Amino acid sequence: MKTLLLPLTLSALSLSGSLALAQAPDQADEIIRGRYQAVLTDCAACHTAPGGKPLSGGLPLHTPFGDLVPPNITPDKETGIGDWTKEEFRSALKEGVGHGGKRLYPAMPYPAYTKMSDMDVDNLWSYIRTVEPVHNAVEANQLPFPFNIRTAMLGWNMLNFTPGDFKPDPGKSEQWNRGAYIVQGAGHCGTCHTPKNLTGADKDGVALQGASLQGWYAPNITSNSHIGIGAWSDDEIVQYLKTGQNSHSIASGPMREAVQESTSMMTDGDLKAIAVYLKSVDGGPDDKPKAVAADDAHMKAGALIYHDTCSACHGLEGKGASQLFPALAGSPLVQQPSAETLTHLVLYGSQGATTPAARTTPAMPSLGWRLNDQQVADVLTYIRNSWGNAAAAVAPADVKDKR
Amino acid sequence: MTVILPRKDVVIVGLGWTGSILAHELTEEGLDVVAIERGPWRDTATDFNIGYAQDELRYAIRRDLFLQPVVEAMTMRNNTTQTALPMREYGSFLPGNGVGGAGVHWNGHTWRFWDTDFQISDHLNQRYGGDRVQELQLQNWGVSASELETYYDKFEYLAGISGKAGNIKGQIQPGGNPFEDPRSRDYPLPPMQMTYAPTLFAEVTKSLGLHPFPTPAANMSKDYINPLGIAMGQCTMCGFCERFGCANYSKSSAQTTILPVLMKKKNFEVRTDSEVLRVELDASKKNARGVTYVDTSGQEYFQPADMVLLCAYGLHNVRLMLLSGIGQPYDPNTGEGTVGRNYCYQTNAGAQVFFDDKNFNPFVAAGALGQTVDDYNGDAFDHGGLDFVGGAGINCIPTNGRPIQTRPTPPGTPRWGKDWKQATVNAYKSTLSFSSQGSSYPTRGNYLDLDPQYNDRFGRPLLRVTFDFPDNDIRMSNWVSDRMEDIAKTFGGKQYVNTRRKKGWDSVPYQSTHNTGGAIMGADPKTSAVNKYLQSWDVSNLFVIGASAFAHNAGKNPTGTVGALAYHTADAIRQQYLRNPGQPLVSA
Repeated sequence: MKTLLLPLTLSALSLSGSLALAQAPDQADEIIRGRYQAVLTDCAACHTAPGGKPLSGGLPLHTPFGDLVPPNITPDKETGIGDWTKEEFRSALKEGVGHGGKRLYPAMPYPAYTKMSDMDVDNLWSYIRTVEPVHNAVEANQLPFPFNIRTAMLGWNMLNFTPGDFKPDPGKSEQWNRGAYIVQGAGHCGTCHTPKNLTGADKDGVALQGASLQGWYAPNITSNSHIGIGAWSDDEIVQYLKTGQNSHSIASGPMREAVQESTSMMTDGDLKAIAVYLKSVDGGPDDKPKAVAADDAHMKAGALIYHDTCSACHGLEGKGASQLFPALAGSPLVQQPSAETLTHLVLYGSQGATTPAARTTPAMPSLGWRLNDQQVADVLTYIRNSWGNAAAAVAPADVKDKR
Repeated sequence: MTVILPRKDVVIVGLGWTGSILAHELTEEGLDVVAIERGPWRDTATDFNIGYAQDELRYAIRRDLFLQPVVEAMTMRNNTTQTALPMREYGSFLPGNGVGGAGVHWNGHTWRFWDTDFQISDHLNQRYGGDRVQELQLQNWGVSASELETYYDKFEYLAGISGKAGNIKGQIQPGGNPFEDPRSRDYPLPPMQMTYAPTLFAEVTKSLGLHPFPTPAANMSKDYINPLGIAMGQCTMCGFCERFGCANYSKSSAQTTILPVLMKKKNFEVRTDSEVLRVELDASKKNARGVTYVDTSGQEYFQPADMVLLCAYGLHNVRLMLLSGIGQPYDPNTGEGTVGRNYCYQTNAGAQVFFDDKNFNPFVAAGALGQTVDDYNGDAFDHGGLDFVGGAGINCIPTNGRPIQTRPTPPGTPRWGKDWKQATVNAYKSTLSFSSQGSSYPTRGNYLDLDPQYNDRFGRPLLRVTFDFPDNDIRMSNWVSDRMEDIAKTFGGKQYVNTRRKKGWDSVPYQSTHNTGGAIMGADPKTSAVNKYLQSWDVSNLFVIGASAFAHNAGKNPTGTVGALAYHTADAIRQQYLRNPGQPLVSA
């Protein structure tokens, strides 16, 4: 085992960067490594339903093309992947072709996982073999015609999919390459944060610059200093990913799950690598738009609503409170081109992430019953254009769409 | 058919302050704990929504968060010669309901009782002789202030209390309460920023030679992160504490200090909307087997458990003991028996000063934002030439200026019409109120038992409260009211009103939800229901936690002592009981 692992480890060192593992190969058996790969890949986010047995099938994903249900990937022979081979698993993750040549839909992020090293995928396979087998039949494909024809993915792949391992950039640091490997590969950050084209594939040239999904807007997480995280220090990014909160923001919505199930369990080294990489990603123009004028009628209306309804927690200056109320002033999330997430938060409320290092689990109350579309639009316009913030005004029609 | 559930290590009845503390501590020990809560689940954002949390009509007038008599009523009478009748509406006191219990809708005054309270019988006998206390049934608690210090401290840091220490390790601290017992360190947060009325009260009382200090408050003077890692926000002084849940994570409660951690534990579970009917005992009556409860569909369940912790409101703890046949019911004729014994309350009186030229902005307020003088509390002053024992804290804590209920008018104002309206406009901003919160000492005739006539919806007898203010306490309160009159005069307002406490407890007007005793702690199983660790003398795997354990009530709000006793119990279970489960921690 050791002799087999050693060359593999060395060859993958620049990718995995798991120095601790390389130094202590006797502890780092495949399953433990695989469990960490499951943290990076966050399989549970999709394949475990709330309250369900691990990896035994998840809640439907509502894609623009219809519903897909993340299948049971426990080692159950009948309803899970118990009769798959390691090669089939690798092919599923890296080529989008599963057991029996069945083509996967790219809601399963094989366009990202393809960048994973074979060793990492094989370790993940070893780990998944140890999960409790659960008998739970899931019909994954609930798409309408013609999207329900899996062979159509052959064409999709031709258009959108470039299989192949991550190619390290020798001009960059090992840390940067490790971060890029995780972000582009196992971490599949772009699955949510990269804008999509008409066929649902990542748009070229705008990676991680923010995208809409499932009623939320996954914000720009690039070096953009206005709407990205370019103004955050590496440590602040690490803190956010590790704890679910920092002085700028508190994770909520789908990112709450990503933090709780995945990033909070990553090593500090990997989180730092992710931070270094993200801060190097081009984030588009970061010149601030002109803020809506404070004497604009909607701003004035929004100010009154803010003082009445929001300021008790978020503060008159939008500064919030540590681990409890996210700051609004200077928040990139607040200033995204799309106010979809903000609208969701105001209409429906949301609970923040909970991690061992930040256990408060604060929640935003629903205010959709109290504020009409115009009022929600006005207060959002106000917070997006106060205390130095600047972003497009929000229209009542945008709010109406979210109800 | 009763459904028999899988066994648990611990079943907790009621998930308020004490239930949450015990659940947290015992799950840390690795025990499998279930809490059974009669009321609903409640949490900040979902139930104390900022958009409606401050609805005075809903919460203060219609009492949305409280126990309703349709769920459980009580009967009351002033003495044993009367026939008790059911309270059709809770008035004098308002028990909580639901997760968080009364800790959701309290004001947040967080006191420590004094060692002279815990040793009250010995102390007063020694200082004044037995004659003075003859009419009272005073008993030592079986603990000392120094034993409880670390547990008070633990509760105060859990809850992020804002205050100023008066005595740190024997060193008197300027600006704090000089009468308190030594504490190991200062409060976790500094005092709240004072509003005008308490500031003026402090000036006036200081000029009279008294020692005002900031009331210890469970309202956050600053942002706070407690030892469990749970963050709370600075209080906005909105003035909606008592009777309300806090929308701003600014008032300590189980929700804001424990539940975010507790609810994520795999070895903890809460079953809400489930009412415990009784504790089940084995044939020996010395061991609890678990509890029987009923859910909202009427289905009955038996939850077996190795330990049963009664963590309901004090009055409900006592009733559950009586309904379950635990301990000997107290008999006021003989003074024998323990369960129901030493029921006490609070002996309060008030004063108002009306000014022409002051603006107190009473709506800028928090439940415990104020000043207190303890010079006339407990035995802080010499009772040698007086005809009573006990005392009262004098508090200027303008908790709110809410529009429906804040309508002070000076004497002589008509009760309605144009003149009343004008007077309320004038007096709203320019009236200063302060009050005395007096001790309540036990007598043989004040007690709790099961009503012989009235039953609840499950056919179980209601709790009967037999209570009147003891003559000693009336004399005490009147003497303190005289002192308050001195203070009121010194303010120099145009008029003042001194409302005195009179004999004849009335269950209708709100007075205080500080009902204590009935399952009191002590060193003697003949006169106490539980030992110093709140373990039942009769049923060793049953603990009864709450103000039901108070052997009397001091002139202070009970929650700080309830919290300290809960931690004291938790520590005893963790350090001692679990090594030898089922055995008494104190041999009788």
